[in-house]
Amino acid sequence: MAPLTTYPVLQVENLTMHYTTRKGAVKAVEDVSFSLDKGEALGLVGESGCGKTSVALTLLRLLPENAQFLGGHVYFFRDGSDEAHARRAVGKPVKILLDGQEHQGRLVEVDRSQLVLDARLNGRTQQIKLGRDDIARLGVDLTALSDEEMRPIRWKGISMIFQAAMNSLNPVYKVGDQIIEAMQTHMPIPIPEARERVAQLFQLVGLDRQLMDRYPHEYSGGMKQRAVIAMALACDPDIIIADEPTTALDVIVQDKILREMRQIQKKLNMSMIYISHDIAVIAEVADKVGVMYAGGLVEFGPSEAIFKSPIHPYTKALMSAFPSIKGEKVKLAALPGEPPDLIKPPSGCRFHPRCPYATEICEREVPKFIEHKPKQYAACWNPLM
Amino acid sequence: MALQTQTKTETLVRVENLRMLYPVATGVFARARSFIHAVDDVSFEINRGEIFGLIGESGCGKTTTGKLLVRLIDPTSGHIYLRITQDPSTDSQGEQFVDIATLEGRALKEFRRNAQMIFQDPYESLNPRMTIFDIVSEPLSIHGIGSVYEREERVAELLSLVGLTPPESFLFRYPHELSGGQRQRVAIARAMILNPSFIVADEPTSMLDVSIRTGVMNLMLDLREEFGISYLYITHDLAVARYMCDRIAVMYLGKIVELGPTEEVIQNPLHPYTRALISAVPIPDPTVERQPIEIKGGVSKPIDPPPRCRFYERCPIATERCAQSDHPPLEDKGHGHFVACYEI
Repeated sequence: MAPLTTYPVLQVENLTMHYTTRKGAVKAVEDVSFSLDKGEALGLVGESGCGKTSVALTLLRLLPENAQFLGGHVYFFRDGSDEAHARRAVGKPVKILLDGQEHQGRLVEVDRSQLVLDARLNGRTQQIKLGRDDIARLGVDLTALSDEEMRPIRWKGISMIFQAAMNSLNPVYKVGDQIIEAMQTHMPIPIPEARERVAQLFQLVGLDRQLMDRYPHEYSGGMKQRAVIAMALACDPDIIIADEPTTALDVIVQDKILREMRQIQKKLNMSMIYISHDIAVIAEVADKVGVMYAGGLVEFGPSEAIFKSPIHPYTKALMSAFPSIKGEKVKLAALPGEPPDLIKPPSGCRFHPRCPYATEICEREVPKFIEHKPKQYAACWNPLM
Repeated sequence: MALQTQTKTETLVRVENLRMLYPVATGVFARARSFIHAVDDVSFEINRGEIFGLIGESGCGKTTTGKLLVRLIDPTSGHIYLRITQDPSTDSQGEQFVDIATLEGRALKEFRRNAQMIFQDPYESLNPRMTIFDIVSEPLSIHGIGSVYEREERVAELLSLVGLTPPESFLFRYPHELSGGQRQRVAIARAMILNPSFIVADEPTSMLDVSIRTGVMNLMLDLREEFGISYLYITHDLAVARYMCDRIAVMYLGKIVELGPTEEVIQNPLHPYTRALISAVPIPDPTVERQPIEIKGGVSKPIDPPPRCRFYERCPIATERCAQSDHPPLEDKGHGHFVACYEI
């Protein structure tokens, strides 16, 4: 088996989701594709209403009733040797990483030593058998799972810290008990062990273990946020999605929690999707950055490359509109216009009415999301190179 | 009590020993025995045409100070002097300092022509049942200025000034038809319509998205250039304060702990609290490694604070002297950079 330096944990392909409203369909997520590697922090940045939270909710299938999933794939990867993961993938579209090669197909059956896969090879579908030990990563398409099959993925596979989650702690239960309850829903663990685990988690997020037996009103905002982070870590997830976890907090507390999350994520070698409107926060936490505008991912790539030389004009505009306390003080450039109504988004590239570089084709055709520089993707007809 | 080195600039607002105590409710009939010291002996000056920033974390008293300066609430004690033209026909020679902390009746109403406020949340601060014309022209009708025709002219003029063009297309719309950025522009137009010399802006851009926020900030800077308006700019965001303000004051639990020219305070903070605050601001550049300064604990509530430095419990450099003495006074460390600390 070829040694791989990075493993994918998540591959999102052409995700599209609309909300049905009385005024028409809100095109909230349009053809979004990205990937997340093991131990990597991805920052998803964009303005309110650009679809960043909707992407997360679509991944986890936590959508409201008026949401319409219109297509795309979400491959969630684990080791090929993971029994429960392999079992859940039977009969589902899968991706397999074998000798550094990616294979796609449908998993027919699985036993202790091998996988049987229906895959298209050389233009025709054939059945192939693969030894379990040869398989580096097995990815199952979450969009093909039933709600019942999806349940074990949440918390244990992918857990989420919701925006303003600190306000969602139940005021009449002790904080520790709430975390134990969430844990026991997902794994059979006796109470004393669960308590010990909560104590460890509290230590990890910088809370005194005595606080387990206190009620939420006895916590400050920062402490509640830490408790919510502990809760998200409770089932030892592969991926944690944090949706603006520090937005309501003061600068000093925000900074402490940000640094702690980063440390925990590195220490546990966990993957993280960090959602924020604040590019300064994203610059601090993210290895890779995805920039969203009006429901689409407009740019994606390594954080340093994107901050140093953005390809998409919107990314550039976002950065030149952001003040900093470091560096030379410059007049910030305001972006003309307003983000579009997603019920009737502009034709072609959704950014074209506000884009200083727009040409005739931008209005007519949707630009493809392609690799313009090594590992730096953008959807733009007139990329800034 | 001059806090500022004398220059050619003219002082427009002078705040002296301003104090606002809120009683802590103990029961329906019980008399309050404890007080929250929301603003505690605060003094500063704002020059004509200057943008003065008030910085601090939530609960530090910056919004209360702002509300006091436009007399939305009455101070417990202290003075707020504003240079007011008593008779609109005279020039600036006819102006005089009026202590607005004690104004009542007609004089208070007259003062409101000179000082206006812009609020944080444009979704809350505009009456949803009024048209944009009604909202922006309301100050004119309250002060009985102009005929309906003249008011319409003036409102249209203001709307184009704040970038809502063409104004006719906005006049008879309702706030819910407007985006957040447009609403905040309406709020600015309303604040500007009486030609005030002083505006208190309380986090005017913190609810707005980045691409919209910059437009509103630049608009406020342009209005200052054009009309020489002074702002008290309240914000928790140091990067925004750096962009907007000429001078800033950092508040902590009701006290100003540091005050000076913005660039000087941000690049060379002296007070241990300001240092920690500035070191915690994220930088939008992944190649920069910050060195955050750790401070203990979190912000408490200033309920009957003991007579010593408000920052004592969290301060990394506190000494015996800090424990024994009252809250330190603001001292000039040169270049108009004031710090309230015994150990600097």
